[in-house]
Amino acid sequence: MSLLTLETLTVRRGQCPVVDGVSFQIGKGELIGLIGPNGAGKTSLMRAALGLLAHEGRSSLAQMRASERAKLAAWMPQQREIAWPVTVETVVALGRMPHRPTGAKLSAQDQAQVDKALDRMGLTGFRDRAANALSGGEQARVLIARALAQDTPLLVADEPIAGLDPAAQIATLRVFRDLAAEGHTVLVSLHDLSLAARYCGRLLMLDKGRLVADGTPAEVLTEGNLATTFHIRARVIDTEHGALFQPIDVLP
Amino acid sequence: MRLFLPLATLVALLFIASLTVGSTAIPVGEALRGLFGGDGVVPMVMQEIRLPRAILAASLGASLGLSGAAMQGYLRNPLAEPGLIGVSGSAALGAVIALQYGIAGLFGLALPLMALLFALLAVLLILGLAGPRGGSLTLILAGIAISALAGALTSLALNLSQNPYAVYEILFWMMGSVADRSMHHVALALPIMAIGWALLATTGRGLDALTLGEDAAEALGINLRALRLRLLIGVAAAVGAGTAVAGAVGFVGLVVPHILRPITGAKPSTLLWASALGGAALVMAADILVRVILPTKDLKLGVVMALIGAPLFLHLIYKTRREMN
Repeated sequence: MSLLTLETLTVRRGQCPVVDGVSFQIGKGELIGLIGPNGAGKTSLMRAALGLLAHEGRSSLAQMRASERAKLAAWMPQQREIAWPVTVETVVALGRMPHRPTGAKLSAQDQAQVDKALDRMGLTGFRDRAANALSGGEQARVLIARALAQDTPLLVADEPIAGLDPAAQIATLRVFRDLAAEGHTVLVSLHDLSLAARYCGRLLMLDKGRLVADGTPAEVLTEGNLATTFHIRARVIDTEHGALFQPIDVLP
Repeated sequence: MRLFLPLATLVALLFIASLTVGSTAIPVGEALRGLFGGDGVVPMVMQEIRLPRAILAASLGASLGLSGAAMQGYLRNPLAEPGLIGVSGSAALGAVIALQYGIAGLFGLALPLMALLFALLAVLLILGLAGPRGGSLTLILAGIAISALAGALTSLALNLSQNPYAVYEILFWMMGSVADRSMHHVALALPIMAIGWALLATTGRGLDALTLGEDAAEALGINLRALRLRLLIGVAAAVGAGTAVAGAVGFVGLVVPHILRPITGAKPSTLLWASALGGAALVMAADILVRVILPTKDLKLGVVMALIGAPLFLHLIYKTRREMN
């Protein structure tokens, strides 16, 4: 069953297409990395797919009503915003909003999801802290937990691990991989190609708004693709710890 | 909820105090009995002078507090206040024109009706200027433009006025007061304010989601266009009607959410009703002070409010700075 279908999705900024005729399908239980250099259109693609940005072409999610969509897809934007000194638990509980009627208190099931999300992101001890007083990386983890608490079949996250320490980066991708194993699907944009190669089952490579490669890390991270899209020389080395991605030099 | 009872009690106590403090000394028991009928001076003073004054002070304060909390929540900025969208400035302009051209003297409610008409014009203008899909920035800019225009036209009216009596009246009206209002004022303003309260009460969920920014809120299923429309019309109705009968009273919408935010846990939806109660309490307290400090001098509510509000605000800034270090 497809969770998200894009058909020739195009986003224009003025006349210039920033996402250019992208089509793909996403099924259940996948961890998918969206990669591409700065300005390749990753954020625009994800926002348009979620119906947050005007577009041409078709996205199955964008056609739904906002309140229905919020039960199917959670979104973690790149801008990490926590406007008020609310507690970490309050922020994470916002993820339950699509599942409960206005004004209703958190049900036992809601609370269980909040607790699970806090636990998964290692935030149980931070529960009562003011969220906007935490460090940038900690806030990112709080916002990931918020998206997890939404408990949707699809989670879309825009550079969720940027600014996290190495342990938290790995821990976060492991959480995503566990989610995929449980049958959720995670679409995540990444700049760290080594982590993308190691944890994602499938990679989508964007260049100048076009989808230039779609497949397993080995199929996508070829020397040719890396040279034309990222302008780097790099190797993917098979080791006993899994695939290792090693950039070697910048191409002229 | 822990906070609801103390705030509601405070509002109730201040309401009773507001009914029993005045230039005529009336014992509390007799004053309260006077509210419910009887003949003579006391029931007349209670029903026609003190009751409308207390109701207007409470509802004006609730309107300002609620609108301030809603604006701050929507713009995600603790410095936002209800006057930001230009409705109060425009309502004041309408009142000034009514006073300047003698429209105010035509019939009893001519002045507040003029003020309401201008508040309505301001809302239509801001909805047109900020567009259906514009973000919060266009809203702020449109509000600043409308406030500036209303302010300039008010000054122009004063500048060109050849009637010193009208100028005097305008200046005093602009200082803001709930004294000497009748039940007719209450009947005009209260239903409109209530519509505003009802609309603002529905924004809590959206404002909570906006804690995470506009994009995340929309992805949580919030319709931002509908939210903004409810917010704008709600603030305009509550503040426009309040300004129309009481003149410009500042600082309430700014200071009250600020004071209550740390106590309520900063959640925007909780802050809404807490600020409504807090605003009602603050304006009633100031209106009692007006009567107690200089009973013979017709001290204006807006002046006392600013005198209370500004030092409170300075204290808050000082406290915030200390917490940062």
